[in-house]
Amino acid sequence: MDIHEYQAKEILAKFGVPVPRGGLANSPEQAAYRARELGGKAWVVKAQVHAGGRGAAGGVKLCRSVDEVQTFAAGLFGKLLVTKQTDANGKGVYRLWVEGASEIAQEIYLGFVLDRKSERIMIVASAQGGMEIEDLAENAPDSLRRMTIDPAVGLSEFQARELAFSLGLKGGQIAQMVSILRACYRAYRDLDAVMVEINPLVITGTGDLVALDAKMSFDTNALFRRPEVAELRDRSQEDPRESTAGDHGLAYVGLDGDIGCIINGAGLAMATMDMIKLAGGEPANFLDIGGGASPERVVRAFRTVLADANVSVILVNIFAGINRCDWVAEGVVQAYREVGLTLPVVVRLAGTNVEGGKRIIQASGLPLISADTLAEAAAAAVAARPRNAA
Amino acid sequence: MAILITETTRVIVQGMSGRIGAFHAADMIRYGTNVVGGVTPGKGGETLLDRPLFNTVREAVEATGAEASLVFVPPPFAADAIMEAADAGIKTAVCVTDGIPSQDMMKVKRFLRRYQEARKMRLIGPNCAGIISPGKGFMGIMPPHIYRPGRIGIVGRSGTLGYEAAAQMNDLGIGVSTSVGIGGDPINGSSFRDILELFQNDPDTDAVMMIGEIGGPQEAEAAAWVAQNMTKPVVAYIAGLSAPKGRKMGHAGAIISAFGESAQEKVEILSAHGITVAPNPSAMGETMAAVLARRAAA
Repeated sequence: MDIHEYQAKEILAKFGVPVPRGGLANSPEQAAYRARELGGKAWVVKAQVHAGGRGAAGGVKLCRSVDEVQTFAAGLFGKLLVTKQTDANGKGVYRLWVEGASEIAQEIYLGFVLDRKSERIMIVASAQGGMEIEDLAENAPDSLRRMTIDPAVGLSEFQARELAFSLGLKGGQIAQMVSILRACYRAYRDLDAVMVEINPLVITGTGDLVALDAKMSFDTNALFRRPEVAELRDRSQEDPRESTAGDHGLAYVGLDGDIGCIINGAGLAMATMDMIKLAGGEPANFLDIGGGASPERVVRAFRTVLADANVSVILVNIFAGINRCDWVAEGVVQAYREVGLTLPVVVRLAGTNVEGGKRIIQASGLPLISADTLAEAAAAAVAARPRNAA
Repeated sequence: MAILITETTRVIVQGMSGRIGAFHAADMIRYGTNVVGGVTPGKGGETLLDRPLFNTVREAVEATGAEASLVFVPPPFAADAIMEAADAGIKTAVCVTDGIPSQDMMKVKRFLRRYQEARKMRLIGPNCAGIISPGKGFMGIMPPHIYRPGRIGIVGRSGTLGYEAAAQMNDLGIGVSTSVGIGGDPINGSSFRDILELFQNDPDTDAVMMIGEIGGPQEAEAAAWVAQNMTKPVVAYIAGLSAPKGRKMGHAGAIISAFGESAQEKVEILSAHGITVAPNPSAMGETMAAVLARRAAA
């Protein structure tokens, strides 16, 4: 689960990371008010969306007057910001962060991530911050410093010191960096984060370290014990179909094609999408209905897939272990009647209670297309597409 | 022989008195699995499915000599249950639970390292379908009847895609020695490499079907190990050719976040290490059949 920059800065500041003074604005007038309140001669106004690449997309501006702050804010509010990290629809701008401009002598990259190889939290840092980590890895791989943290011991002071020195920091900056590293680590550990990123962490004109931007992402599996994190969720930044599906226990990811997929198990879902592609079609979505799917859940899955106007065929592929084919078949029949389906539906059932499931499909008298294997199902779905589909 | 579970393996179920635990424990017993008891704190002394329940894993091990445990405990308590099994002397734990926080798994992996090799527990999963040695026994949630007894090992992240592979092989008359689901989480107990090593050393396994997916470094690590150490043929399939970068595809671990983690890149890495990669998920069975035929002819 992602949160906004201003939320990440508030959290990190509480753990002891120095951040610039700033204020949240929910309207252009409030943005101007924030600038006056902060004082000074220059402010940075930043669109709060769950995506990187905001600067290049026109979502961040250095303003030199309060009027400029208000004008820029007025142009941003309610707009959809399309960055290189969003899809073509972009993300809605409903909150702005206004902060005093900082003088920048140097930019540092600092990230904490879950490293799957060592199965530990890993710190990644570079003295050449300011660009995205992907670009750093490509353009300046030698500048990257990596360090993993033993979960039984935590981040040791000596490790933090080593990292600080290896980035070329000097004098009082060493102690500041050690304190920032330990603060980020505690925030990561105590709040069940999966990512903490400060990019850039700047050295100001006076030689001090300040987090100019901050990003945090959290482990959704741990939200049950982090209510203070769960309440930071901003649904306006999510694909409404994906969040609604999630509320009903369905894992859904919208894609660009026209063959709607309803499948059980993440691996089989991905494999079915691959098979559709190889058969010459394009999947409209990833959807895993999960284990123990009731007829109601199947109906819900149909509604979720059909909410995508591009869908011209639906492919149901169930290999039941913990699931039951007869329940799934009942759900398909129920969905067909309740939703008033007119699109072709291909159904492939295998595993637990498969005979019962097939009987229900046959006895329904509905124009469902049955398939026995994965390959047949994909080919039938592609063949059933209307001719004019892209 | 098979690996990890045979007809004699003494199995307990942690969380057996729960609805899901009881349902699958009954299924395991029907199949002939040697289930010797269950653990639910507070229900010690009761019986369920004609098996004794215990308050702690330690009591269960002492009373039944259990060697293996199937963990059916909800996510907030699963990590603790796994560590309890390790501390009680269980040899193999299989955790089906989906949704364990990743920092809990970091702690579990660190905890498992505290024991000396001889009494170190092997963890399979979490977020997996379990393990089955067809005709002998199983621990997990798979439909056991789709597996034909035989001499091919299966190791995969996904449960249902593993069923798909077993069914395709069954249709071609190819049976399975053991099938192991290592699970879809970013941090898991056993890696592809760990299970491949068990199959390499198992006299009753002739070849292995390895089913990977996008995300993480494990398939590439396994490929390097296979090229160096494995004399038995390995056939593979990698799911997610059509998955977009940076999006989580159902499994917590199925996300392309670094170089080498996409399906295309993994297929290239596997092929470069001499592993035969099935061209599509519908050809897993026939690819295995072709590799076996080639080997028989040689």
